[in-house]
Amino acid sequence: MSATGKAYIAGAFEHPTRYASTKSIADLHFECAQGALADAGLTFADVDGYFCAGDVPGASPAWLADYMNLRLRHLDGTEAGGCSYLLHIAHAAEAIAANKCSVALITLSGKPRSLGVATGTAVRQIPPERPDAPWEIAYQPTIVAVNAMFAKRHMYEFGTTREQLAWIKVAASHHAQHNEHALLRNVVTVEDVLNSPVIADPLHRLDCCVITDGGGALVVTRPEIAKSLKRPLVRIAGCGETVKTQTGGYIDLTRTGAAASGAAAFAEAGVKPADVKYASVYDNFTIMVLIQLEDLGFCEHGKGGCFVADGNLISGVGKLPWNTDGGGLCNNHPANRGGMTKAIEAVRQLRGEAHPAVQVRNCDLALASGPGLVMGTGQNHATVILERE
Amino acid sequence: MSEATLDFESDPYVANHPQTRPFWAAAAHGQFLLPRCNSCERVHWYPRPFCPLCKSQSVDWVPASGHGVVYSFSVMRKAEQPYVLAYVQLAEGPAMMTNIVDAEFDSIHVGQPVKVAFRRAETGRSVPVFTPI
Ligand SMILES: [Zn+2]
Repeated sequence: MSATGKAYIAGAFEHPTRYASTKSIADLHFECAQGALADAGLTFADVDGYFCAGDVPGASPAWLADYMNLRLRHLDGTEAGGCSYLLHIAHAAEAIAANKCSVALITLSGKPRSLGVATGTAVRQIPPERPDAPWEIAYQPTIVAVNAMFAKRHMYEFGTTREQLAWIKVAASHHAQHNEHALLRNVVTVEDVLNSPVIADPLHRLDCCVITDGGGALVVTRPEIAKSLKRPLVRIAGCGETVKTQTGGYIDLTRTGAAASGAAAFAEAGVKPADVKYASVYDNFTIMVLIQLEDLGFCEHGKGGCFVADGNLISGVGKLPWNTDGGGLCNNHPANRGGMTKAIEAVRQLRGEAHPAVQVRNCDLALASGPGLVMGTGQNHATVILERE
Repeated sequence: MSEATLDFESDPYVANHPQTRPFWAAAAHGQFLLPRCNSCERVHWYPRPFCPLCKSQSVDWVPASGHGVVYSFSVMRKAEQPYVLAYVQLAEGPAMMTNIVDAEFDSIHVGQPVKVAFRRAETGRSVPVFTPI
């Protein structure tokens, strides 16, 4: 049995706020931790492992561990951008299997909305010592323009259309209408997406995710503890993580790290894409969803446009219910990091706790997957496969 | 020492990467150099003092043809002054992030032949950009 098969997600909490000007980032971390522990039926005294990423003040577990006054015997501050929390699920499972901790807490929070951060459209700051900095910074790369280049290349190679990309936003909006906490709850049409302003050709405003304050937390624990709690059992069945490098310049902008992280997670879980009842796939931009769905094996390479069209991602309508909370495109993208909320909605689906209008029937196998950090054509990537027991 | 040399010497993006100095010295004079591996004979990008493809430390700077084609691009319309971010695939093999300059936005397309030009970055060094042939 693999290390990851021996741990469960016992607690999950998404902070209801989308604008938190009166709270500190550290306070939001605390509130998320409190929410996830309460959800699990555990307390701070039970926590002996803490996992966090670059969004914590000080970029180290130290400051938040001190702030919350945790008593730890295992800590992990792996920073991999937006997918960090999916990696943390894997790392927590490994640590639990190795008997390094019993109750692992994973937190995320941030306030880009109230702080007025122009996340996608501002030129990315690159510290001069980073090895790629001299070769990129002068060209004013923005996150949205880099993703737009993924889209442009996919359109060139496979004939993918703007309308097909727009269907991804349409699906997210159909789900978000049922989420009382979602930032954007209006159902939109393909025409609405195409009529929204062009941000970076070919991506329009509605191809881009929201910017929100907030956060979330997860509690991962060992089987004995999970089974002693009153919550449905969500087992961590398989995990994969990678860095897709820029390959010394021999690039492919039609693929992501999902090909590697997905394959590893499916192999470890012993399942295949067709078995997955619900998928959370990180949607910082519509194109990123399309390419990841191909890379994860939900459809053939190059066929993502046809796959996402005509409502195929809408729960109760299409073949692959996806981001039923409204995702980053409509619901929430706290701290500009989507991995946490992807895992949380997958847990809701497996527990049968998603909104009744979007709940997938007999949802016993779910996937959460996403990229992290933009490095030109490369990125970190992580995938987890969760199973209802 | 020419004024251009002094400009790139004080650029933090050069100072932090001393082994890339020959590239910027040549760029200051409008010359485009590429790192080529003596072991696997491939050119890589961005430049390292070793070959990221085979890990050999025998890498020399060689003059580039300056030719390539647009691999992908985006017009950053939301910017105050819209500009074109692109990947150009060089004739020597690798692709690089760059800008397409002196071009009608609507005429740029994937596969379009381009040639190198140089533009001064704010911090002093001259960086390779591309223009349609
Ligand atoms: Zn080599």
